[in-house]
Amino acid sequence: MNTTQTWPRPHRRPFRLGAFLSRAAIYGVLIAGAVVVMMPFAWTLSTSLKAPSDIFVFPPRWIPDPIVWSNYPEALTAYPFGRWLQNTLFVVVFSTVATLISCSMVAYSFARLRWPGRDILFIVLLSTMMLPEQVTLIPTFIVFRQLGWVNTFLPLIIPPLFARNAFYVFLLRQFFMTIPLDLDDAARIDGAGYFAIYSRILLPMSKPALAIAGIMFFQFKWKEFFAPLIYLHDSEKYTIALGLRAFQSETWGTDWHLMMAANIVFMLPLIVIFYFAQRYFIQGIVFTGVKG
Amino acid sequence: MGYVFAAPWIIGFVLFIAGPMLASIALSFTSWDLLTPMRWVGFDNYNKLLFNDPLLYQSLRVTSIYAFVSVPLQVALGLVLAILLNQKIRALSFFRSVYYLPSVIGGISVAIMWRWILGTQFGMVNSLLRYAGIEGPSWLGDPKWVLVSFILMSLWGTGGAMLIYLGGLQGIPSELYEAADVDGAGPIPKFLRITVPMMTPVIFFNMIIGIIHALQEFVAPFVMTGGGPHNSSLFLVLYLYRNAFRLFQMGYASAIAWVLFIYIMILTALVVRSSSAWVYYEGSTKGR
Repeated sequence: MNTTQTWPRPHRRPFRLGAFLSRAAIYGVLIAGAVVVMMPFAWTLSTSLKAPSDIFVFPPRWIPDPIVWSNYPEALTAYPFGRWLQNTLFVVVFSTVATLISCSMVAYSFARLRWPGRDILFIVLLSTMMLPEQVTLIPTFIVFRQLGWVNTFLPLIIPPLFARNAFYVFLLRQFFMTIPLDLDDAARIDGAGYFAIYSRILLPMSKPALAIAGIMFFQFKWKEFFAPLIYLHDSEKYTIALGLRAFQSETWGTDWHLMMAANIVFMLPLIVIFYFAQRYFIQGIVFTGVKG
Repeated sequence: MGYVFAAPWIIGFVLFIAGPMLASIALSFTSWDLLTPMRWVGFDNYNKLLFNDPLLYQSLRVTSIYAFVSVPLQVALGLVLAILLNQKIRALSFFRSVYYLPSVIGGISVAIMWRWILGTQFGMVNSLLRYAGIEGPSWLGDPKWVLVSFILMSLWGTGGAMLIYLGGLQGIPSELYEAADVDGAGPIPKFLRITVPMMTPVIFFNMIIGIIHALQEFVAPFVMTGGGPHNSSLFLVLYLYRNAFRLFQMGYASAIAWVLFIYIMILTALVVRSSSAWVYYEGSTKGR
């Protein structure tokens, strides 16, 4: 029974008070910060499940009693929410696909093909990422209005066809640069044309980068507010981001419980996608933000 | 062939960026309400804007205070968080996700959430303060507190900057710290002599991005205060929006857009010029 004692005891780090305290301090700060960050979400969730009479009380009840689940169906039917969801999905899915196609083509050209003026235009492209929207806003609005595009989805979905968000060109180009050029040469010897190289070699090898770009653009477009605000006027045409505001009314007062329920529904896809795609987010930011 | 693949962007650049930019310059010298014919007015818009429009200066003041306070705080807080989250600790990815969450939600959703949280009577913040026996201010209704509110809100969403710092921290070669350990350097000298200098390019990047974003703030003031009370949260882009899409003064609004653009350029240029004094680039590893 005593045989184990002949073995040396497993190595243990000596207890050091300083290190222990500094670790405790780190955890303390991080946990306190996390509570501060999460509390507004908890408050929103709590409000979304309250009866209207329970909202305006002190002390506040964090856990609603009773829990009013019916706020959710009520919020989703008080306005044409289903319609807004359809509109949003159409705009977001169409423009995400459009962005991926147009930006990957352009990125291919900037990363793999050689043509006069390429490097200068790439600098131009990079500088458009810094350009404030507002200096192009008004003439663009006027032209779309002349074309009769106000109150249609066209102003939201046509620009993505033309790689309007240069950031995604940049992201994909950075990724394409890491794929060995030999592959292109080998394919060319086998008789593949430029389009075949782009669609059969580059795109299949770039699935992670396309996923990053697609997810980031999807999230961006889902939240987009300014363009819908100036282009979509009938409430039938709203996207959800724009429609959320309808719950705050000057005359009737705001139905906070319904507004928060709608807000939770709106942010749910963002959170779910983020949860499943965390590592893509982090990769994407590391890839473009710092390595540039 | 290169042109064919680049064509979407080249066409898009001409149609949606270069063309509108030129048109916007031209428009800023006209008076046009979209209904009556356009009139050429020369420098009238700029004259009125710069010498006879107190609201422009109010909005410049509001936007500048917001940018000058919130950007440095975000830069500092983001760095602190990133350093804490770069330690070997438990539940690391949980903490990272939590801190990044506000940036994931972003924009309109956060604005609506905070409008409710900052409510004077039954908002979350004032309810918590009341537990402590403090009667909280009317955050969004008091000109003295409204910018404080927006700044606090921006700090809550500092996770985006944090994530960029984390990428930078992971790029610092560990040999540097090992060498410092050999020399017997403690944690504070290591932080000041290695971490901070190595992070200056990322701090620089976050500052530029932060300034550009802060000067274009729109959604939060639009949704939460509409610029009030008494124009105390009249951000520059909100003022532009009012002129263009409420008053339909397209020429005047274009002039505001160019004032904004020039202001952004000046601030960015100042940061870039100052960078040679404080940004450290490691020998030859710049770019790739």
